[in-house]
Amino acid sequence: MKILVLISNVPDTTTKIRFTGDNTSFDDAGVQWIINPWDELALTRAMELKEAGGIEKITVANVGEKATEPTLRKALAVGADDAIRIDAPAKDAFYVASQLAEIAVGYDLILAGIEASDYNGNAVGGMLAEILDYNSVSAVSGINIEGDKFIVNREIDGGSQVLNITGPLVAIVQKGIAKEPRIPAMRGIMMARKKPLNVANPIEANERTQFVNFELPPPKAACKMIDEENAKEIIKLLHEEAKVL
Amino acid sequence: MSILIYTENWDGKFKKLSYELVSYAAAIAKEMGSKVIALSIGDISDEELSKLGDYGANKILTVKDERFTSLDNRAIANAVSAAAKIEDAKIVIFANSNLGKAIAPRVSVKLEAGLVTGVIALPISIDPFVVQKKVFTGKAIANVQIDTEVKIITFSQNSYEVVEVENNATIEAFDPSVVDGDFSTTVTETNKVTGKVLLTDAEIVISGGRGMKSGDNWGGLEQLADMLSAGLACSRPVSDEGWRPHGEHVGQTGKIIAPNLYFAFGISGAIQHLGGVSSSKVIVAVNKDAEAPIFESADYGIIGDVNKVIPQFIEGIKEL
Ligand SMILES: Cc1cc2nc3c(=O)[nH]c(=O)nc-3n(C[C@H](O)[C@H](O)[C@H](O)COP(=O)(O)OP(=O)(O)OC[C@H]3O[C@@H](n4cnc5c(N)ncnc54)[C@H](O)[C@@H]3O)c2cc1C
Ligand SMILES: Nc1ncnc2c1ncn2[C@@H]1O[C@H](COP(=O)(O)O)[C@@H](O)[C@H]1O
Repeated sequence: MKILVLISNVPDTTTKIRFTGDNTSFDDAGVQWIINPWDELALTRAMELKEAGGIEKITVANVGEKATEPTLRKALAVGADDAIRIDAPAKDAFYVASQLAEIAVGYDLILAGIEASDYNGNAVGGMLAEILDYNSVSAVSGINIEGDKFIVNREIDGGSQVLNITGPLVAIVQKGIAKEPRIPAMRGIMMARKKPLNVANPIEANERTQFVNFELPPPKAACKMIDEENAKEIIKLLHEEAKVL
Repeated sequence: MSILIYTENWDGKFKKLSYELVSYAAAIAKEMGSKVIALSIGDISDEELSKLGDYGANKILTVKDERFTSLDNRAIANAVSAAAKIEDAKIVIFANSNLGKAIAPRVSVKLEAGLVTGVIALPISIDPFVVQKKVFTGKAIANVQIDTEVKIITFSQNSYEVVEVENNATIEAFDPSVVDGDFSTTVTETNKVTGKVLLTDAEIVISGGRGMKSGDNWGGLEQLADMLSAGLACSRPVSDEGWRPHGEHVGQTGKIIAPNLYFAFGISGAIQHLGGVSSSKVIVAVNKDAEAPIFESADYGIIGDVNKVIPQFIEGIKEL
């Protein structure tokens, strides 16, 4: 069995967000890039499954320009066996999914994150599944393999479920899929240098959406402070002033 | 031409979220001069279905096929796509819920439609079609244009007021022509949260952080939640420690919520926590550290000890 983990390259979660060019593009000056937190957990789970046996190889893939390679190298250092970078800017979700569909065939399990923490698209995994006509399960919080079946835990609105489903499967993962992300050890970093990072050319594909511009949320009014002894006062204010109680 | 909305039900009942979707779609339909068609999958009475009409749905398509209870992504996507084609839908709207987010991307490929998830307001313009969404986990807002003929969006909860209208909807049985092969999900276990206010549904949320010190200390928060019919939430370390169930964890890596009122007790207000709660209309923070970043995002604050403040809140609510 082979696993493909989709890796989105995103700004560190503590990045201060700024825009340039009349607020039409994200200002990436000085930004630290990381593996999207969900993808990092997905990769961790893939490693755990491999250690349990029966997984031939774990590949990581990214649609991005050369600047995303350090992020893929990090994924190799965590433990992926090889990496594919499709050499194109990630124009929109459909464009990205179309590119990934070219390299995803042959994998039994494809792990995508529920959303990339930059543009919060929530789309690539599901689109890829539909393009390939594969099964998909979303909001996955656990995955195990039993024979030719995947045993999947997923969150539904108002609860959770356990289900089984056959591959090839696109599992769109969220919290719970793995406990803590693995951090690369020194040995992993050394080995990552020798692991293959293949570059593929993009195919023709359309983009269907475009960012017109961005805004920062309006600054918040100052917080109204109440003394600890008069805490009850807040309840009154919520009732009479804010009218939310 | 029409606008199609996919309405979710919980055990045969609609929630406010469904009415928000209908009201929202009706407002867009009015601007475009088109009709609102609601698709409902599940065993729901006609009386319940007709409530969708009270918020502006012109026609309700109902699918009562047992097989859909497995919530199979492919099967539901096929059914929604079939309805969209038959009704000549130019806009398809889902809730930005677990199910909506699972289905919408598949439908968008089927209908060759551009997709924007997590839309928070009426479109900025219809032609070109531009909608607003939050990006960078709530740290910014983006205006996104969809360039395809058919447009798909998932709409965030609590972003639109429900509006009742004078209107009568027709109810029609709909056969989405799905075949057994479309269903590949076999559900072996379902755990539903019952008897509690659903966190993503709650108008008021009571949340505790590491400052609560231990899981045994939650009695006051539970009492507050009871009194206010509020949902309970927590920061990530709290669920990691096992003080509270994982389902209550909010933030960038937990649930994203947007209640009218959010109480943060003993939560420092880390950027990843705020990512999940910053859309709340009013935030109340109680923290003993005057420098805690939560106060920058809060509307009302108390610098003080949660153990002293919570009993006063309980008393204050009794007096309301
Ligand atoms: C990639 C990533 C994703 C993350 N995702 C999330 C997420 O989704 N959700 C999330 O919550 N966190 C998330 N985190 C963790 C986040 O960075 C913070 O560590 C976390 O939110 C802190 O939780 P806390 O506020 O409960 O605890 P702390 O930061 O320890 O704050 C406790 C607060 O309680 C106050 N306090 C202590 N005692 C009392 C008292 N008696 N009375 C009043 N106040 C008191 C203290 O002054 C302090 O401000 C994430 C981190 C990373 C790196
Ligand atoms: N450029 C990309 N290259 C590879 N995978 C991606 C890319 N963008 C998104 N993904 C995958 O799709 C998931 C959801 O991203 P999104 O739909 O953009 O929110 C991410 O967690 C990744 O697993």
